[in-house]
Formats: sequence, C-alpha cells, structure tokens
Amino acid sequence: MNTLDYAVLLVTLLSIAAYGMWATRGRRDLSGYLKGAGDTRWLTIGLSVMATQASAITFLSTPGQGYQDGLGFVQNYFGAPLALIVIAMVFLPIYRRLNVYTAYEFLGKRFDQKTRLLGAALFLVQRGLGAGITIYAPAIVLSTVFGWPLNPTIIYSGLLVTLYTVVGGSEAVNLTQKYQIGVIFAGMVAAFFVLLAKLPAGLGFGDALTIAGGMHRLEAVDFAVVTDKRYTFWTGLLGGGFLALSYFGTDQSQVQRYLGGASLRESRLGLMFNALFKIPMQFFILLLGVLVFVLYQFERPPVFFNEAAWRRVAAEGGGEKLRAIEADFAVAHVAEQQQLDAWLAAKRRSDGAATEAARAASLAAHQRVEAVRDRAKEAMAPTPGKKSNDGDYVFITFILHYLPHGVIGLLVTVFFAAALSSKAGELNALASTSVVDFYRHVIRAGASDRHYVIASKCFTGFWGLFAIAVALLAHLSENLIQASNILGSLFYGVPLGIFLVAFFLKRIGGTAVFWAAIVSLGLVWTLYATLSISYLWYNVIGCASCMILAAMLQLFTRRAAAATL
Amino acid sequence: MKPVPEPDDETPNLPGLRTWPAVYAAVLGVFVLWVGLLAWLSAAFR
Repeated sequence: MNTLDYAVLLVTLLSIAAYGMWATRGRRDLSGYLKGAGDTRWLTIGLSVMATQASAITFLSTPGQGYQDGLGFVQNYFGAPLALIVIAMVFLPIYRRLNVYTAYEFLGKRFDQKTRLLGAALFLVQRGLGAGITIYAPAIVLSTVFGWPLNPTIIYSGLLVTLYTVVGGSEAVNLTQKYQIGVIFAGMVAAFFVLLAKLPAGLGFGDALTIAGGMHRLEAVDFAVVTDKRYTFWTGLLGGGFLALSYFGTDQSQVQRYLGGASLRESRLGLMFNALFKIPMQFFILLLGVLVFVLYQFERPPVFFNEAAWRRVAAEGGGEKLRAIEADFAVAHVAEQQQLDAWLAAKRRSDGAATEAARAASLAAHQRVEAVRDRAKEAMAPTPGKKSNDGDYVFITFILHYLPHGVIGLLVTVFFAAALSSKAGELNALASTSVVDFYRHVIRAGASDRHYVIASKCFTGFWGLFAIAVALLAHLSENLIQASNILGSLFYGVPLGIFLVAFFLKRIGGTAVFWAAIVSLGLVWTLYATLSISYLWYNVIGCASCMILAAMLQLFTRRAAAATL
Repeated sequence: MKPVPEPDDETPNLPGLRTWPAVYAAVLGVFVLWVGLLAWLSAAFR
C-alpha cells in the first residue's frame, strides 16, 4: 500500500463514520436510538440487512473458498429466499403489531419471562463472540499481509465503530451501512473488471469458464442426497434455510434493522430485496475467486498464499525444505501451463478427441500442482500431519499483486467497511437486548427515557470493548467464513425452535419450551463433538429437537396434571 | 409497549405485483430461475 491507498482507506472510512455521527446528532429518545426515527425506506433497510450479514469475512474469505472449492458454497444460501418470505409473512407483522424493541420481548409476551431471558441470553453469548470474530477476521489477514501490528489494528478499527454506534445508535448504523455497502459494491465490481483484463491475451471469459469447469470449480449445484458432504442443494435448502430463518428472523442484529421501517410495506420490501439479491451476490463473490483461480493457472501464484508466514518459517530454519517445495511447485506449474495451452488449442480447432485428452492431461497436471501445495500446507501446519489453511489469503494476495494503487486502497476499504458495518449492527443489537430485556426488565424498571438512552450508550460501549477483547484472544483454525457459519449453526437451531413453537404451536407453554431448549442445546453441542456431518444440519436438529421435546413435555405435564385432579 | 395501528394487508404497490402473495411468488420464481441457471452452469462446463 502506498500513500494514495492509505488516503483512500482513511478518508472513506472516517468520512462515512463522521457523517453517521453528524446526521444523527441529538437523538434523545429510546425509540429513536434503538429503532431509528421510524421513517426508514425499503432500500435502506434492504442494504442495511445485507451489510449486517456481509462482514469482512464474506469479502476476504469467500473468494478464497471459490478458489479452493469452486462455486458449491453458494448452495449455503439456497434457503435464504424461502426463509425471508416466511419472515415477511409471519414474523414481521407480529413484531410490528406488538411494537417490540427486541425479538425476545415477543417471547416474554407469548411464553414467560424465563423463556424471554433464555432467548436473549443465547443471543448475547453467540453474538458477543460473533462480534469478536467480525473484527478479528479482517485484522488477522490484513495485519499479516501488510505487516501491521495485529493488536492495534483490532483496537483502532474496533474503537472507530464503537464510537459512531455509541453516538448515533440505530439510525447511524443504517445510514453508515448504506454508504459502506456502496463502497463494497464499487470495490468488488472494480476487482471483477481488473481480473478480466488481467487474464492472458486471447483468453476470453468463455475460455476461463471452460478451464474452471474442467477443474471442477463450476459445480454450483449438487443434488446428491448424502449427509457427509458440507454443501449440497439439500443442505443449503434445509440446513441453510433453517440457519437463515433463525438468523434473519430471531437474531436481534437483523430484526433491529427491519423493525425501524417506516411501515410494514417498507420492512417487507427490504426483506424481499435480500431474498432476490443474496444468492447472486454470493455467486458473484465466489466467481471472483474462481476467476482468480483461472488467472493463477497461467501466472504462477505463491505456493502458500500466506506469504508472510512462509517467509517467517523459512527464516526460522525451515528454508531448505520450503525452497525444495518451491522448486517442485515451479516445475509442476510450468507443466500444467503447457497442458492448458494444448487443451485450449485443441478446443479452438474443434478437435473433440484431442480436447478431451488434453483436458484429462490438464486435470492430472493440476492435481500434481495441488499435491505440491498440500506439501506446502503440511510444512506450514503447527501440528505434524495437518494442513495449514491459506484460503483467506488468496484474494488479498491477488489484490496486492495485480491491482493498481488507489484500487488496492479501495479494496482494503471494502474489507474494513464490511467489518465496521457488520459490527455496528451487532453492537447496536447487543445494546438493545442488554437494556430492553435485562436492564430495563430485570434491574431498573420505570426510569426515564433519557436514562435508558444513556444506559444503551454504555452497553454499546461495553459490547464494543468486549468484542475487541474477544478479537485480541481469538485464534481460528477453520477458514474464516466457515468458522463464522459453524458458530452460528451451533446456536441458531434452538432459538428458531423456540420462535417456531411461539408462532405456530399455540398450545405449548413457556416451561415446556424452556426445558426443551436447554436439553436441545446440550444435544446439539454433544452431536457436534461426536459426529462428522455437515454443520448446517445442526440448525435443523436443534430446531426440530426443541419443537418435538417441547410438544412431548407439554403433553406429559398436561397428562400428569390431569392425573392428579 | 403500545400497540401500533397498522394494517397487515397493506398493499405492496409495485408495478405488476398488486398483492403480497404475488410478490412472494415472483421472488420464488426468481429463486428457481437462479437454481436452474446455476445447475445449467454446472452441467455446461463440466
């Protein structure tokens, strides 16, 4: 990064944050602070919902996922449109009719206080940890790549978002998210066109897709009915659907975004905006990774994408081993390039038999390249026999090596804008739940609006510092986007079960659903520790277990009560 | 909490889509179209 890149980064981030604080100065009432002024239009809601979900992890890690495994990860989002329709039809009208600040207030009205507090507590634990990952993820990657010190990167970016969220509340979050997502879209589109321009001369978009398809990177939909595969049409539709229903419908960081709509229509249209554009957006980000993959078939990439770590291990005494791997990688990559050239030449001659033979030879050559990369990953792993994951460094490596200055700054701004927009939504929601469901409800009832606004600001500051502390202590071994989804899947199924019972099983009471939720949480975590199934299924298991157990407990307690009469 | 008087049947007021079920059906139709396009992409470049 040069001075121009740093100028783009700092001016963009600071001006959006300053505008958010200026535009929302003087908000004094609790409703305005936690839900906004109640005049938010559908586009702002739609972009805000999108910005809250799409964190820096989405833009850093997803292209790496596309590079390594292709488009299959897009299936993770297949359940989102259906889930958003259910929320717009059922959840949203009830939330708005009851004029709640948080989704968990509804649980208190429908069941009892212990169920409300359980729902709120689960949210605080899961989202508090999630907010730490939100800020840690870009910081670890960017600090490694640019040589920035990790802890100050976490602290300064964490403090910036905490500051404007404390000052401006929900409206500042919505406002800043709108501009941040604009920067994000501009940056990703710029990266796409630069990527196309950087493909070798004579290699068109169609040829790039041919190579990607031949290397199994365009397998976007898999209808296989298996439980041990992470991403299939069915895991996406069912597991992803439950995850989306729980995330968009019961996670306060999302509920808060659409509760502030000017009307039911505006909130619904904001949700439908996401139902329409979530899949194409994820597809586009994955496609960027696939195109980076194609580019690196012709231009030799680093054998291990976390180059800073590679250099460090080399300097610490592993140099000879790593240099041998680099030499093998160079030879394997040249051989693959030759096979690819032969494949494309045969394809242009429309020679079917030669095309098929060259394609098979290219694939074999690529597997030899990947075998060398596997050796590199094993050499970099802290534990012998394991592989270190460098997928999160793929896209940032491409950016640094191929994009012009200024655009590099824009793309780094994208990562920070995404981190800040997500974290702002999370902090705002954590503060709302802390104040409305715990402080105002359990600790200090009946105080003035001004008192609760001050309390909300204090809780926003507290959760901001908590997230920074989690980020400072974090260490993740999974690919970041998957780590984030795994954490969500372990927590989301059970709250969804509670809410579905609340909405659809009117005869079940609070005590039955409360104990069913506790047992189901234990079940999900035990299964996660013992089984090796796709994590998306835990959303279905947690939800189904909670609903079935609640129904059984309700039946049992009713029969027991009838027997004693 | 004060109840807010707000009609659940507020119309979407979108061109060509006059009711909410029509909006939801259109969104579902776009979803099916996307899955179809992605399945075609998977098969065409296999």
